[in-house]
Amino acid sequence: MLNFISQRRMFLWLAMLSLLILPWCVGSVGGNYWVRVLDFALLYVILALGLNVVVGFAGLLDLGFIAFYALGAYTFALLASPHLTQSFAAIAVLFPEGLHSLIWLACLIGAVLAATFGVILGVPTLKLRGDYLAIVTLGFGEIIRIFLNNLDRPMNLTNGPKGIRAIDSIELFGISFAKSLDLGFIQVPALYLIFYLFLVLACIATVICMRLQNSRIGRAWVAIREDEIAAQAMGINTRNLKLLAFAIGASFAGVAGVLFASFQGFVSPESFTLWESIVVLAMVVLGGIGHIPGVILGAVLLAIFPEVLRGVVQPLQNALFGHVLVDAEIMRQLIYGLALILIMLYRPKGIWQKRGASTS
Amino acid sequence: MSVLLDVTNVSKFFGGVHALDNVGLRVPSGSIVGLIGPNGAGKTTFFNLITGLYSANSGLFQFNGQFYSPHSVAQVTQAGIARTFQNIRLFGAMTALENVMVGCHCRSHTGVIGAILRGRQVRQEERAIREKSFALLRYVGLGDFADHTAINLSYGHQRRLEIARALATDPLLLALDEPAAGMNATEKLALRELLLQIRVDGKTILLIEHDVSLVMGICDSLTVLDYGKTIAVGSPTEVRNSPAVIKAYLGNSP
Amino acid sequence: METFLQQLVNGLVLGSIYALIALGYTMVYGVLGIINFAHGEVLMIGALVSLTLIQGLMGFAPFLPGWLVLVLVLPITMATCAALSYTIERVAYRPLRNAPRLAPLISAIGMSVLLQTIAMMVWSRDPLMYPQLLPALPIQLFNSAVTITGKELVIIAVAFLVMCALLLLVERTRLGRAMRATAEQTKIAALMGVNPNRVISITFMLGGALAGLAGVMIATNYGNANFYMGFIPGLKAFTAAVLGGIGNIRGAMLGGLLLGLIESLGAGYIGDLTGGVLGSNYQDIFAFIVLIVVLVLRPSGLLGERVSDRA
Repeated sequence: MLNFISQRRMFLWLAMLSLLILPWCVGSVGGNYWVRVLDFALLYVILALGLNVVVGFAGLLDLGFIAFYALGAYTFALLASPHLTQSFAAIAVLFPEGLHSLIWLACLIGAVLAATFGVILGVPTLKLRGDYLAIVTLGFGEIIRIFLNNLDRPMNLTNGPKGIRAIDSIELFGISFAKSLDLGFIQVPALYLIFYLFLVLACIATVICMRLQNSRIGRAWVAIREDEIAAQAMGINTRNLKLLAFAIGASFAGVAGVLFASFQGFVSPESFTLWESIVVLAMVVLGGIGHIPGVILGAVLLAIFPEVLRGVVQPLQNALFGHVLVDAEIMRQLIYGLALILIMLYRPKGIWQKRGASTS
Repeated sequence: MSVLLDVTNVSKFFGGVHALDNVGLRVPSGSIVGLIGPNGAGKTTFFNLITGLYSANSGLFQFNGQFYSPHSVAQVTQAGIARTFQNIRLFGAMTALENVMVGCHCRSHTGVIGAILRGRQVRQEERAIREKSFALLRYVGLGDFADHTAINLSYGHQRRLEIARALATDPLLLALDEPAAGMNATEKLALRELLLQIRVDGKTILLIEHDVSLVMGICDSLTVLDYGKTIAVGSPTEVRNSPAVIKAYLGNSP
Repeated sequence: METFLQQLVNGLVLGSIYALIALGYTMVYGVLGIINFAHGEVLMIGALVSLTLIQGLMGFAPFLPGWLVLVLVLPITMATCAALSYTIERVAYRPLRNAPRLAPLISAIGMSVLLQTIAMMVWSRDPLMYPQLLPALPIQLFNSAVTITGKELVIIAVAFLVMCALLLLVERTRLGRAMRATAEQTKIAALMGVNPNRVISITFMLGGALAGLAGVMIATNYGNANFYMGFIPGLKAFTAAVLGGIGNIRGAMLGGLLLGLIESLGAGYIGDLTGGVLGSNYQDIFAFIVLIVVLVLRPSGLLGERVSDRA
């Protein structure tokens, strides 16, 4: 018994250590490009965990999930860029130094805003059966995207298809995450700093999910997913719990959106299409709907794999055929499409099977 | 002895069909009341009505001295009526223990923040829920099966698990829909003992059941339905000898 | 008034197309109880396949009149789409008949992505020009208040004929009876000698053929085709099917026409209604709003059955 615990603990320490030095390894081998890939992978982890709460815990297929990501992103884009001050004289007067919201405050606002929209989406759709819910949420996602794309008239709120640029980079505790941090004995490049920040947030997200899963709320969600009528017969207010799932999942996406906007420095409606919702769904499905470690693995794999492809397949095709027959973007989509079909057909519980019961 | 459940004048139409026509039922506190009748008589419909799964076209519902309007299944359970289902509705992917723990949901109150922060009170509540669930599993004789996935349990065990789960909601009235269905003789005897024990421990039971000897043996009173109407009410002996009941079950004797 | 009449005509054109696509959704829902998420891609493949066929035929026999080319190409296109739809059912749905309900939906999403990707590979990402094979022939109606072109008339007429034919098929033939029986009670139908798998396959093929036709119509109407053209019409047609009452064939036709009219009139008047805040570029939103409103207020649709969970 003691052996097992100390084995587990050692494994955890090893994992943490490897994660700490990971950006250094990756950076020296692959350069900044690959560290960026890792950073985005972590954002996807947070997104996938959020969708997992909705789909995996409560069993509600949300195909418009990316809309919450968009809401978070645009929230920060509006609160921390020159756009509003440039478009509205009144705001320029109110904020002569420009709008530069604190990122943690924006995260809070983004989370609350996304959660609110999550509830707004949930209220009319709760009685719907699985596939109808999926289509309605899809419609909701599209509506948000269409509004983002068109709200540049009559007032320029979102700058339409051009998107919003010059968004502030991340700044926390006085440290700017846009340049390297000089620690005296070591220089930590900006991308590595961001990796650590996103890693911390992803860990927090994971802990939240695990605690929810092993709680009264988590059990109630699984009960609802298994048999809603029986869950009601247990005195569970299924309506409120479903709304809660929507809200929590959405808030994860909202926070991730704020981080995304700040990291990328630029947002446009193109980043928030149905395809992105499907990508996150694929991550949850690949990992095993409801299975937290699996979902994290799925997110990391599906975030990194296409980049590997891009780096490998295109030069390979150039070498073999003289030009690129199938570009990486197409290959990526092909793989996602096949993955969704094949997993449902052959390994519906995900590639990393969960052992035993669905909770605890 | 006070009346725990008093339902009168209940009717339910489905399209043009009278599923229930002016049916009434009284369940005295601490008793075991049986609701019997041929298949299709409307017994499960009645259950669904009093627990809020269906809405009644007419009816007066009184529970524990208060009038209630059954439109929300969850609220009915919170008020103190717990039920089991004719076709077992367990949470298949969860273990037996977890199923019962879900039953404890409405009597506990850790919310989202509590679940995330997992402070001392929350952990205490979790421990209490676990212990209570274990105790209930042992109570129904499933103590050794706590970690078995619910769908892997035998039929008889599943039925007992459903009862344990219903008991976890701390009900005043336990409404069981054919708890003995599919059980063999030994299992039925064990069930009989369990139901009697539950009564001794202060619960009231309303029972839909087809097994005549079980019903005659433990029920204090019976209500007989046929084609949605009440055809007899009384003690088991009275009902057994009622000509209307004999006719309903056996048809006209030649 | 002119706007109204013109938008009415536009609405009829749109509506006819939506009706054809909606029929595919509704028939599949009728026999299988699921939403064929990949249906929109069938219409897209239909449009692109027909484009290739048209280009091929016109290159091979440039002397043929435009309408003849279309007449020759259409059956092949519809057959291809029927086969595609059949394949989708066999690959993405049949193996998952007994799986939890989300599984076929996720599989269909994957199929949808796959089809779009294949289209991207074969026909490239860029929108392709679709030849105008039908006479432009603008016809003035109602004292020049309304203009309707030849192709729009053809679309409406063809859609109408096809829908009548389908109604005849479903209500007067043995196959139609088998379809209706399978939709109502699959197991009992099987006991009566109906082969449900066959009926389901045929249903998918019929829906696919109609979608192919609709794809050609859309491409003809707008003059272009590309890999993404199936998604939005598919979604709107689904809305139309729900509006009319999903599972109900006449409902799909009614829903399609109604949605086309709502969308056209909405796009025409939205500027006036919102004081210029929202313009016709918000046209696509109408379908989604209709969908949400219908599912929340009257989920059974105008002519149809329940969609929400019941004990």
